[in-house]
Amino acid sequence: MALLTDITRQDGAPELRRRTRVLYLVLILVFGALAARLFFLQVIDGERYTFLSENNRVRIKRIPGTRGMVVDRGGQLMVDSRPSFDLLFVAEDAEEPEQTLRQLARHLKRDEKELLATLEENKKRPAFEEIVVGKDVDWATVVAVETHQLDLPGVTLRARPRRSYADGQIGAHVLGYLGEIGPKQLKTLKEQGYATGDEFGQYGLEKTWEYFLRGQSGGQQVEVDALGRRVRVLHEVTDVPGYTVHLTLDRELQETAFQALKGKEGTIVALDVNTGDILAMVSTPAFDPNVFARGIKSEEWQGLIKDRLRPLSNRAIQGQYPPGSTFKVLVAIAGLEEGVLQPESRISDPGYYYFGNRQFRDWKKGGHGSVDLHRAIVESCDVYFYQAGQRIGVDRIAKWARAFGLGEKSGAVLDDEKGGIIPDSEWKRKRFRQPWYPGETLSVAIGQGYVTTTPLQLVNMMAALANGGTLYRPRMVKKIESADSGTVREYGPEKIRTIHLKPTTVERLHKALADVVKGAGGTGGAARSSVVDIAGKTGTAQVVEMKGAYLKSEQLSYFNRDHAWFVSYAPAQNPRIAVVVLVEHGGHGGEAAAPMAKKVIEKYVQLQAQPPEQRQARIQGDTRAD
Amino acid sequence: MQIDRRLIAHFDWTLLALALLFASIGIATIYSANYNIAEAHAGGLPSRQLIWLGLGIIAMLTAVAFDYHYIDRLAYPFYAAMLLLLVLVLFVGHSGGGSQRWLNLGFFRLQPSEPAKIAIVLMLAKYFQNTEPPNGFRLRDLWVPFMMVAPLVILTLVQPDLGTAIILGIVFLSMILMGGLRTRSFLCLVGAGLAFLPIGWHFLKPYQRARILTFLDPDRDPLGAGYHVIQSKIAVGSGGLFGKGYLGGTQNRLDFLPAQHTDFIFAVFSEEWGLVGCLILLVLYFALMVYSLRLIERVKDRFGGLLIFGMVAIFFWHVVINIAMVVGVMPVVGVPLPMVSYGGSSLASMMFALGVMINVSMRRYTF
Repeated sequence: MALLTDITRQDGAPELRRRTRVLYLVLILVFGALAARLFFLQVIDGERYTFLSENNRVRIKRIPGTRGMVVDRGGQLMVDSRPSFDLLFVAEDAEEPEQTLRQLARHLKRDEKELLATLEENKKRPAFEEIVVGKDVDWATVVAVETHQLDLPGVTLRARPRRSYADGQIGAHVLGYLGEIGPKQLKTLKEQGYATGDEFGQYGLEKTWEYFLRGQSGGQQVEVDALGRRVRVLHEVTDVPGYTVHLTLDRELQETAFQALKGKEGTIVALDVNTGDILAMVSTPAFDPNVFARGIKSEEWQGLIKDRLRPLSNRAIQGQYPPGSTFKVLVAIAGLEEGVLQPESRISDPGYYYFGNRQFRDWKKGGHGSVDLHRAIVESCDVYFYQAGQRIGVDRIAKWARAFGLGEKSGAVLDDEKGGIIPDSEWKRKRFRQPWYPGETLSVAIGQGYVTTTPLQLVNMMAALANGGTLYRPRMVKKIESADSGTVREYGPEKIRTIHLKPTTVERLHKALADVVKGAGGTGGAARSSVVDIAGKTGTAQVVEMKGAYLKSEQLSYFNRDHAWFVSYAPAQNPRIAVVVLVEHGGHGGEAAAPMAKKVIEKYVQLQAQPPEQRQARIQGDTRAD
Repeated sequence: MQIDRRLIAHFDWTLLALALLFASIGIATIYSANYNIAEAHAGGLPSRQLIWLGLGIIAMLTAVAFDYHYIDRLAYPFYAAMLLLLVLVLFVGHSGGGSQRWLNLGFFRLQPSEPAKIAIVLMLAKYFQNTEPPNGFRLRDLWVPFMMVAPLVILTLVQPDLGTAIILGIVFLSMILMGGLRTRSFLCLVGAGLAFLPIGWHFLKPYQRARILTFLDPDRDPLGAGYHVIQSKIAVGSGGLFGKGYLGGTQNRLDFLPAQHTDFIFAVFSEEWGLVGCLILLVLYFALMVYSLRLIERVKDRFGGLLIFGMVAIFFWHVVINIAMVVGVMPVVGVPLPMVSYGGSSLASMMFALGVMINVSMRRYTF
């Protein structure tokens, strides 16, 4: 039926016929143009392209962008990139690859077998792809290869910037290290312009600030001759160096902290109490990031990850320890703010406290006698805080601990920060499906039991107390700067929150913490300094629960010994710096940790006394002496 | 349906023969593009293309089986189906190479943007089949087809598949020109298009911008897209007058060519067959188009003529854009060489298009 209706449409196409005639012309023109282009490529330019294709002569040489520098708060270099050379070999360019490698071994006085083995390892890859036969080769090798170039077809040198960490282990955990991109990582990173063989921040600042540090790779499209030597550069893209990252760290303070801790396992963090700037952050044992820069060997890597002392862990942010008696600072604040503690009222400490049918002991055999709040802090009286904790209750302690940033990640831009645990009754119900037992509050009150904190959290708590109640986000990076356009980003101090504290609370604690160091019977006497008044609190975190005897640390096996804490700030009257020291299995905080904090604070005072210009000059002098 | 004897007598063997010839050239070149000298085989792609050809023949016979005037009724449902499939791609599509273009049907990954090209032709042939106004259509008369084509183009652009989106747009433009657009309106349209270029630029993906910039300035990305173009030109140019012989291409063998069995298959072909082979292939495409244009002159109704024209337009733009890209006179946009490049959706759609042309051709005597 459709056919009948269609009859009406017949002969409805004269316009189409007219337009079709134009189309023939279009066809002829377009196809003629394509044919002409083919004629041009294949006949007129054919010889040139044949030449290029026969010798497979266009290569791409990628030049990774030079990574940005990392400098300390005064502009002193902490991480830089130095020029280095890799030795490459393209099997296809050598007529007899094995012969060439034997020659190479002779010139470099290297083991022949080792070189031939690299050829074997890369057998599956196309012959025109370069293989790395030597990484970060020395100057003698560079000279030898250049001199004997004619004997060594297919052997080339590739300049490549390598990371150089000026202070080796000192900044290891903060600065981090680079690693070559693995095949798995490459899949996701390809879109961001990374290629096989590129390096990528794997840890520390190198990782978290990769985006700004990396720079843009450039490269050359090169025509090479039959021996793989460059004839001419066809096209070139210049690489763009990465941005310079300005840290809040002070390189000299960092070094002092590292030297103070040397030989122990632990961490020191120093903060500027008025900005949250991290002035120093060290963790020991450390590793040397320069080892990663030259290409870490498998045995070295295995050694690092299997080490029982965990050198790859940044204890300042990844270590979660019971805060021990340093937590009493917080319990005191909670008690005063909640109006539970009467600072003048005294209790009597016979050396133990009975709760239920259990005896809770004081660290001091025989007890402290009659103590008020001030003395309880100065002498770190456990029995006073057992009772205080019991009256305040765990939930109110937890509320104040959280206000000071304990139990949560500080949000400092560092990788893998841990949060610690601030327990309360709800936490226990969720975690163990059990009610909170009042006896557990007693352990919490002296910083044991379920409570764990990171050293960074504790020092930030001290900084907030020191400045009267402002909790800052610890800041590591001040500024990002590009070589040609100046400052790209700037990071100012960032307040996490203002903690509303009664002036009397702050005053009482400042007084007590100062007396911990300089008062009679204070546990922190070892931090007493002739240069500056230091305020602080000692802590000794039990690793294993001790039943029975009062043992000295030395009497316990190493891994069972207590952790030593010292949290502090200075000057006591007008605080500017807060320092935390943790020495793992260091025994008593007053003996092991307090002297280290003193060293760091004294160094800080000394550095403050020097005008910046003078420091700069001295450093340049140092470099010249190198 | 009763099969008319006259229909068999008038079956267009020329178009069928050309179709099979192109497909054979395609499979042979795909074989070469994937040929591994060391292992002396070419993997599974050539035989899979053979299976797609089987599917294509079924598509072609389907297109031939019924009187093309029924397309009048099928055009809009077909369009709706394509629109639906493209929307499905957006949500449940299979991703590959950074874009989401396929629907996974288990044994086969359908790329709906390929048959969408056909849908545009069918729909517009239907729309324009009635007599055109004396002075041609004005733009405001054409808002319906505009509104119908726009979603197809946008859905393809967001996949992202710039090449196919360009083909959809340009086939649409060709159809409305043939359907009778006023010259002045056409110029307005071109002007508006140019004005919208900067906005369109904004929506392009970084790699698409890079390709266009690379074409305008080859020095821009010599290590990426610029490298592909120079390797493609080396392949074509080194073919010389007579080529390096079948399976003799070296650019291809050494993995220097990108997308060697799909969008850059012409580079493989020209390296091995030289200028002589290329001209033969060009002449075959030319012959197909001239033959089809002659059919338009003999068809008795507008509908049939527009159907054939639309299909020719699809072929024409694919061939021109693809070859121009391979020989380095156009930016790299992903457009297959019709009937030759590897790809089931493309091959089957082209076979269907040829089927429609055969259908019109054999029924032009039935009046």
